[in-house]
Amino acid sequence: MDLSSINPLLLLASLMVASTPILLAALGELVVERAGVLNLGVEGMMITGAACGIIFSTLTGNAWLGFAGAALGGLMLSFLFAVLTQVLLSNQVATGLALTLFGLGLSALLGQSFADARPPAFPKLDLPILSDLPVLGPVLFRHDGMVYIGLLLVVAVWYFLARTRAGLVLRAVGENHEAAHALGYRVVLIRFGAIMFGGACAGLGGAYISLVRVPQWTEGMTAGAGWIALAIVVFAGWKPLRLLLGAYLFGGVTVLQLNLQAAGLAIPVEYLSMSPYVATILVLVILAAGRAPGSLGKTFHASR
Amino acid sequence: MKRRTLVKTGATAAFAAALGAPLRAQDGPMKVGFVYVGPINDGGWTQHHHHSAKEMVEHFGDAVELVYQESVPEGPDAERVMTQMCLQGCQIIFTTSFGFMDPTINVAAKFPDVVFEHATGYKTADNVSVYSARFYEGRAIQGHLAGRMTQSNKVGYIASVPIPEVVRGINSAFIHARKVNPDVEFKIIWIFEWLNPAKEADAAKALIEQGCDVVLQHTDSTAPHAAAKEAGGVYTFGQAADMAEFAPMPRISSIIDNWAPYYIDRVQAVMDGTWESVNTWQGIGEGMVGIGEISSAVPDDVKAEAEAMRDAIAAGEYHPFTGPLTDQSGTEFLAEGEVADDGLLAGMNFYVEGIEGDIPS
Repeated sequence: MDLSSINPLLLLASLMVASTPILLAALGELVVERAGVLNLGVEGMMITGAACGIIFSTLTGNAWLGFAGAALGGLMLSFLFAVLTQVLLSNQVATGLALTLFGLGLSALLGQSFADARPPAFPKLDLPILSDLPVLGPVLFRHDGMVYIGLLLVVAVWYFLARTRAGLVLRAVGENHEAAHALGYRVVLIRFGAIMFGGACAGLGGAYISLVRVPQWTEGMTAGAGWIALAIVVFAGWKPLRLLLGAYLFGGVTVLQLNLQAAGLAIPVEYLSMSPYVATILVLVILAAGRAPGSLGKTFHASR
Repeated sequence: MKRRTLVKTGATAAFAAALGAPLRAQDGPMKVGFVYVGPINDGGWTQHHHHSAKEMVEHFGDAVELVYQESVPEGPDAERVMTQMCLQGCQIIFTTSFGFMDPTINVAAKFPDVVFEHATGYKTADNVSVYSARFYEGRAIQGHLAGRMTQSNKVGYIASVPIPEVVRGINSAFIHARKVNPDVEFKIIWIFEWLNPAKEADAAKALIEQGCDVVLQHTDSTAPHAAAKEAGGVYTFGQAADMAEFAPMPRISSIIDNWAPYYIDRVQAVMDGTWESVNTWQGIGEGMVGIGEISSAVPDDVKAEAEAMRDAIAAGEYHPFTGPLTDQSGTEFLAEGEVADDGLLAGMNFYVEGIEGDIPS
């Protein structure tokens, strides 16, 4: 065993890259669930985003436009979910699962002719002074733009939910949609907005895998990241800052266990492989999970 | 078989029937089934099986019809897919992943008239053949190149699922890397999957960050190549497919699976009614394992050595597992000059001396 071969700075840096897809997708789902909607289609929206990201960035030659296209793809898929569950009042669990299956198939179809496509390089941040700082530079200031967008979004969502009136209304809709409706809030409209925000975030998360982390297109390449994102929302108690912790913890232990394997740590590989899941669940459970929004997953119609 | 059908399908069918071959009454093309573990555009393993399958179809033209299912999970789902293919009238079904072994045996027992060909497994039955390629021959050449090319003396290895085939590859590569470079060490990461681009990319990055400047992979995607390309100065090898889009750097050579001749051969055997259960294991000599163009990033003398080794293996003059070889505990399992037999190779579940760590069980 040679633990000295693990460079903690590089480890921290790759932790942020490995966590970003889950963070983005989970953040979107958090807002959706706080509005009282359970969308199990995160995996489907992510993989569609991954495919759309490749398509848009290859066709336009610009990675940022790829991300925009991915957000649009995720958003459109979630719009479908919103129409089905909010207008046609279908069951949210069944519709969400169907959305995942649909997304997996759709992305395979869309991405078919892009298997050999190489997305354009995504520029990394290079600030004159900050990037050259001895320790903080490589860890914090040499990433690509999406890592920072993910972090900014966490803060923005936290501020929105905890500090703004609009956020309060969204939470009210999620806690008790009938009361919110009685107060005159447009429950369905607000939920449409939340669902589409969730879709766009999931799309971004998927595109981060296909444009930055891998970067190329392979069918089913999200490989369950959407389900991890869903789980992290629950374990984080529907709180944005804990969600950040959960996502970084999961990404961090995932990267760490690969590094430990490479360093030849004398722990059976099976335990190392399961460690990201165990560590994330343990820590977030010990932090005492929050309470689920009162109307989560329930169907709303103004006539009831 | 009814008499009318017998007359209609003519002499071939009569001949086959006389031999008691499993031929069903049919007028259309013969249906050939393929069960794939990944998507047909994975750039590696499954893509090459599919490519070979299509070559087989081209060879036979309208006489065969290709039926395939991609991204089939290794487990009960595979049985469902195979059963469906049998019910559709497939006469021969190729199941192309190690994990399809038991499902293949189970379904084969239910459909004695259908013949099965399972890739990389070891269980056979009256209507189940197994076939595999001697990938370890290619691994020997990769190991040689890795040992010669590495500057840091650290070679990374992204291992997939802990089965003998993968362990054999690691051993073969290691033996030949050590032979040319006594200081070389291997860092091995198991990801427990055949195809997971994100994990493969993470694993490649972890290996590169720990100083590996050669990364070998036994996984199916090109993600490690992309990671190596970004890092710069890291050498990789194409797996299952040539992955030439990453040549000359980082990809400096590759192992190419060429299944087409075997597929043509076996489908022909079913048509002729001469099919019988066999255990096929072919290497560079027979053409089932191809060594991709060694790129210009490799110095000429190293390239010549690697090509000489390739030719020696192909001609049967050199066996990658030639003694003296010892396992991790220091026990000699092949004496001086002794060559490993297929039984030893097929069940290889130990590392050779010099590799650190344990194989996950």
